[in-house]
Amino acid sequence: MNMMKNKLNDLELKKIEEEKKNYEDNKSISIEALKIVQSSRGWVSDELITEISKILNISESQLEEIATFYSQIYRKPVGYNIIKYCDSVVCYMMGSDNIKCKLENILKIKIGQTTNDNKFTLLPISCLGNCDKAPVIMINNKTYSNIKISYIPILLEKY
Amino acid sequence: MNHIIKYPETHPLTWRLDTINKNPIWINEYHKKNGYSALKFMLNNMTPKDVINLVKDSELRGRGGAGFYTGIKWSLMPKKNNIPRYLLCNADEMEPGTYKDRLLLEQLPHQLLEGMIISGFAIEATMAYIFLRGEYISAENNLKKAIIEAENCGYLGRNILGSDFTFKIVLHTGAGRYICGEETALINSLEGKRANPRIKPPFPAIVGLWGKPTCVNNVETLSNIPAIVLNGSNWYKKISLSKDRGTKLMGFSGRVNNPGVWEVPFGISARELLEDYAKGMKKGFRLKAWQPGGAGTDFLTEKNLDVKMDFDSISKVGSRFGTGIAMAVDHTVNIVSLVLNLEKFFSRESCGLCTPCREGLPWIVKILQSFEDGFAQNEDINILEDLCVQLGPGKTVCAHAPGAMEPLQSAIKLFRSEFEQCIRKNSFSNIEMINKKNMFKLNL
Ligand code: SF4
Ligand code: FES
Repeated sequence: MNMMKNKLNDLELKKIEEEKKNYEDNKSISIEALKIVQSSRGWVSDELITEISKILNISESQLEEIATFYSQIYRKPVGYNIIKYCDSVVCYMMGSDNIKCKLENILKIKIGQTTNDNKFTLLPISCLGNCDKAPVIMINNKTYSNIKISYIPILLEKY
Repeated sequence: MNHIIKYPETHPLTWRLDTINKNPIWINEYHKKNGYSALKFMLNNMTPKDVINLVKDSELRGRGGAGFYTGIKWSLMPKKNNIPRYLLCNADEMEPGTYKDRLLLEQLPHQLLEGMIISGFAIEATMAYIFLRGEYISAENNLKKAIIEAENCGYLGRNILGSDFTFKIVLHTGAGRYICGEETALINSLEGKRANPRIKPPFPAIVGLWGKPTCVNNVETLSNIPAIVLNGSNWYKKISLSKDRGTKLMGFSGRVNNPGVWEVPFGISARELLEDYAKGMKKGFRLKAWQPGGAGTDFLTEKNLDVKMDFDSISKVGSRFGTGIAMAVDHTVNIVSLVLNLEKFFSRESCGLCTPCREGLPWIVKILQSFEDGFAQNEDINILEDLCVQLGPGKTVCAHAPGAMEPLQSAIKLFRSEFEQCIRKNSFSNIEMINKKNMFKLNL
């Protein structure tokens, strides 16, 4: 089981292989490869960095350099659901701080942390391009707009 | 203004929108509404040079914020037909307060694709990438579907519609980092590197993606191309009310009655946008300041509301047109806190390449925080003003740091008294203040 966890599975290998035809070299698909691996596992472990670097034939440090630069690649375990609340200027004016506090209170965590039951991780995100419907949060792949504090408990119930 | 009837001639970017259900315009609907006829017309009647000249004539300016003339940018691509060469669509919309490309990407994917195919033909590219930010999930799904639809109809791929033009579009999604929207950082990111901007020259047109000639254009810019090909440059010049040609997606957000984004001719006044389109400030709220086009533009005030919304007019009153998506700041918002929020963003998103930006922005955040906490000293305003110069134009590799200074310098200029009010007036020593602050925190 542990062996599997540290190895890329067939689907991941196939997806990475497919990306290769769209780019001139392997380095260009390193971000995509990290995202492919992260999409099923939530985050990218050290072992997987090694695995991906082997497949792409680039050095581990090159890959690590990318993994640590891009904010949406996680190098630490995260919860099953990722809540990103927009902390940019329009949402800020429309009350994103209160939303952050409410989320922190309900989940009993601070920004960047994961709940005890591993269900949620809370992260800030830059403008989600929905400022005319501010404030905005995103849970996994879904964007929620015009958020009111009172919606939040109901919203979290869904996950 | 929903009652406005949109015609192809007056609203070239948005007349096809399904305003009721907001469904994406898929290929059948797009065909019914004249879709891909610009591409067909061009393939039958024009050479790449013709297209470049047409776009030059139209005086279309880039819609990503900098406003460079698109036709001129295209003509910088080397004449000699060295391939491969690339077209990159910048769909990494992340400027705080900006939400225009999202609409075009989600609801009018074919209009963008058609614009890209025509543009690719003009610069003789064989391949294009759409660099889409990772959080735009519906845009990603819709573009994927639209690319397949276009391929099935023969608009993409080998020998497009029987011509000898071959063109492929690949959708690439990002993994965060605002700086990817800077065109050379975008190229580095596509190459799988850290998104540090490159020093120019050489310009991407000469040395771009994988060292090959490359042209980077914004989503809205490219979406303008089909209508220009169909209706000509004279029409395009005439639909605007000012020297900047064509229409523009503009918007207003904040505590206004009807926040949104609308296609309007360049040169309408900010007041019209705020009062007629956004329906004015919400009851009980007064306009204190506004930013005309994104987080990196100088604040203006109510006095400037009659300014024309276009590149020249906005810079004449001391700001920048930017993305044209404006934000209203109401009287309840404390300007120091607001600027602190903006600078935290710029500080977090600095790529770290140049010292003034990497070190200066966190310093500015610290100083502004001390203003907010009531610790600031008299000379701190001067330090901030000095930093505005140190991080200003010409001091860094890209426009990130100077952009970050625009809201700060204008806020100090316009609302100096609000900064002064935060300066420590009592005789507590700093240590006492820190203790006081901690006690306050514990009480919370
Ligand atoms: S100005 Fe800032 S963002 Fe731009 S290159 Fe320098 S450090 Fe990077
Ligand atoms: S500022 Fe939050 S969506 Fe734009």
